[in-house]
Amino acid sequence: MKRRDLLRSFGAAMTTSALVSPAAAAELKGFPEQTAMSADHLPRPAMKGGGFQVFTQENDRKILAAVFDRLIPSDKFGPSASEAGCLEFLDDQLAGRYGEGRALYLEGPVRPENEEAIMGSPQFTQTPRQRYEDGLKALEAYAKATDGVAFHALSPGRIDEILSGLEEGKIELPNGVKGKWFFELMLQNAREGYLADPLYGGNRDMAGWKMIGFPGARYDYRPYIERQGENLKLEPVSLIPKD
Amino acid sequence: MTIERPKADVVICGLGWAGSVMAEELTRAGLNVTAIERGAWRDTSTDFPPAVDPDELRWTTRRELLQPMSVETTTFRNRMDQTAAPVRNWSAYQFGWNVGGAGTHWAGMSWRFTPWDFEVATQTRERYGAAKAEGLQLQDWGVTYAEMEPYYDRFERIAGTSGIAGNINGEIKPGGNPFEGPRAREYPTPPLKDTFWMREFREASERMGYHPFTLPAGNISQAYVNPLGVTMGPCTYCGFCDFHGCGNFSKSSPQACILPALMRRPNFTLLTETEVLHAVKHDDGKTAKGVKFITKEGEEGFQPADIVIITAYQMDNVRLMLLSGIGEQYDPATGKGTVGRNYTYQTCGTVNAFFSDKYTNPFIGGGALAVQIDDFNGDNFDHGNLDFIGGAGIMGYSTNGRPIQNMNNLRPGSKRWGSAWKEAYTRDYNQGAGIFIQGTSMPVRDAYLDLDPDYRDRHGQPLLRLTFDWNRNDQNMLRYLTDRSVEIMREAGGEDMIVENQAEESWNPYKQHSSHTIGGAVMGADPTTSALNPFLQSWDVHNVFVVGASAFPNNGGYNPTVTVGALAVRAAQAIHQTYVNNPGPLVKG
Repeated sequence: MKRRDLLRSFGAAMTTSALVSPAAAAELKGFPEQTAMSADHLPRPAMKGGGFQVFTQENDRKILAAVFDRLIPSDKFGPSASEAGCLEFLDDQLAGRYGEGRALYLEGPVRPENEEAIMGSPQFTQTPRQRYEDGLKALEAYAKATDGVAFHALSPGRIDEILSGLEEGKIELPNGVKGKWFFELMLQNAREGYLADPLYGGNRDMAGWKMIGFPGARYDYRPYIERQGENLKLEPVSLIPKD
Repeated sequence: MTIERPKADVVICGLGWAGSVMAEELTRAGLNVTAIERGAWRDTSTDFPPAVDPDELRWTTRRELLQPMSVETTTFRNRMDQTAAPVRNWSAYQFGWNVGGAGTHWAGMSWRFTPWDFEVATQTRERYGAAKAEGLQLQDWGVTYAEMEPYYDRFERIAGTSGIAGNINGEIKPGGNPFEGPRAREYPTPPLKDTFWMREFREASERMGYHPFTLPAGNISQAYVNPLGVTMGPCTYCGFCDFHGCGNFSKSSPQACILPALMRRPNFTLLTETEVLHAVKHDDGKTAKGVKFITKEGEEGFQPADIVIITAYQMDNVRLMLLSGIGEQYDPATGKGTVGRNYTYQTCGTVNAFFSDKYTNPFIGGGALAVQIDDFNGDNFDHGNLDFIGGAGIMGYSTNGRPIQNMNNLRPGSKRWGSAWKEAYTRDYNQGAGIFIQGTSMPVRDAYLDLDPDYRDRHGQPLLRLTFDWNRNDQNMLRYLTDRSVEIMREAGGEDMIVENQAEESWNPYKQHSSHTIGGAVMGADPTTSALNPFLQSWDVHNVFVVGASAFPNNGGYNPTVTVGALAVRAAQAIHQTYVNNPGPLVKG
């Protein structure tokens, strides 16, 4: 440790004799001996059987199911989004850190037009949960204004027409909801629910993974890498036991 | 109350790859080192074991290992006459948010730059004449590849890099990259195996007369004990690599390679969940006396130290220099000032295609699992009749088959929803394959970094502002490289190609594929054009060293990590071999 003495040339008053160690900051000396999982990295399974936390209104669930089951209908490739648990998935996601927008930068100044021009697409300072709250209301209002019925009562063909119009930016929703971008949010979340680990409430019975042939949470393909171009027919596995 | 900490010889700001390498070298040399990291302690068995890691939604989609924008973001604009906007949501950027930094969640592509990358100004002038570089702000690094070789070697030994040498001491080796700079010896571990697509890409490019080789990888191919005595395990090709930790101790990372040795050294202290706000200079401004920090609980404190090392990732390195008043802000109008100068990126494109009646099994993957040709990288080909300098690596990759990430990788014209999407994804998931074009990025006068006048972070400090768009040289380069890549895909038999040339539209962080942000605190032999000397020491405040890809004056057609690691080894050795014995500038300005 002699080298330290050589470094004392920068002036005297740098150190203080009161060597107070920090009360709160985590100071680590030595290799941490803890072997239990860090609490914030433990798996966070979706609550089961506890009912809906965000979509507490039946009509909201009906609108969502009507949209999601056109985005991912039941057919010969597999179950529909709602059959696969995508509503429960989204409810759980919106109830937590994703729905709260905890990762997002939400500070002002908020300049929506400039931000859209600079970034090539709009940025939102509402959380995903708020965007669903506003978006579902807007869909319901749109259906009542154009068709005179509740959204969930629309025919599958009419819902497809509305979804296509939103996707192509041809339909504007009321109350300032950006229809094209609300469509993108719903499409993203519906397919997340269909393809994420069943841990999160969707992809029930690993239907989404079986559809495309993804083997799931497997962790060792060394026995298979040299079987090139072959249909390996691997059964998928999940991070939680089959529910 | 302000926390006053005991003085350290060295304080390290940010404990990712660069900070870990520096801390390891300096503590081994006997110096008393304190590292300050704003993220939490994370380790393999406690945070990403195999029962936690293969979770696409959590780690890839929600990016829970990455630094959230609510902690700190950057602002962005294409041109100086625009008002920058903050990046509010996840984008191409992938900043680290834990002990280990981005070195925990990176993919592991473990490149050395070519000799040309380090001397791009001189070599371009000598080979093609000064006019070739018109409009570019080229400058040499002040260090050559030959000088870097021992440090590259050291970092690869620590990381356990898998690969196959193409040039050992000037002798070209079969199977390796014949264009690479001479290496002193073979890689620490042998190359990874080929997937179906890698073999197809390899054979197609060989038929075309190119020189394919297995990518050097930080997903190591067999068990390995590194020079620090740390044991790594073999990669299992699980396909949950980039954005994820590694549950097998087989991805090169501070956790797998350095921290087990470093943390046990009595002269090392680590403060986690504590953020360095800025360095504090002595009254004469010639040296720094330590750093001001704030804990997770909001308590401020001061860490005195004789040497301040900033290893906070490229963007934050530049920001911390500006917040600390170390060096002068670059002004694109006058060309004066050096901090913020020569920001570059990575010029990228993709060519995707499909193989009917084949199973590409994309879920068999690794972050760096790929075959590449370097025939069109750097200055490996004659640019005499071309309207650009630089080039790109062209790789056929097998990084992952994560189903959410790939849900739009469909044959052209496919719908993204309805039964039509289900049918398309069922058909295409197991038939897709991709080429990634990872190109050089050349500095220009008006691509730079400074502090944003409007937007602030959670502590009230200004965010960093990026002004950047593609320049003509890089656009011309990528057009040429995209055509070469399409030819290879066609030769390989890929059908229904989807070609994306990223430089055809204005740059913005939501549209890009690469997380490689480069420059802004660049190294060089001339203090009027570089913030740091060739040992990454500030020209202005000699006890401050700034280590990261922020030091690259231009970007090579490669991932930056191994060059960052090699520069860190070199800077650390200069500190403990020379600087501590005679503190002052290591190079005359």
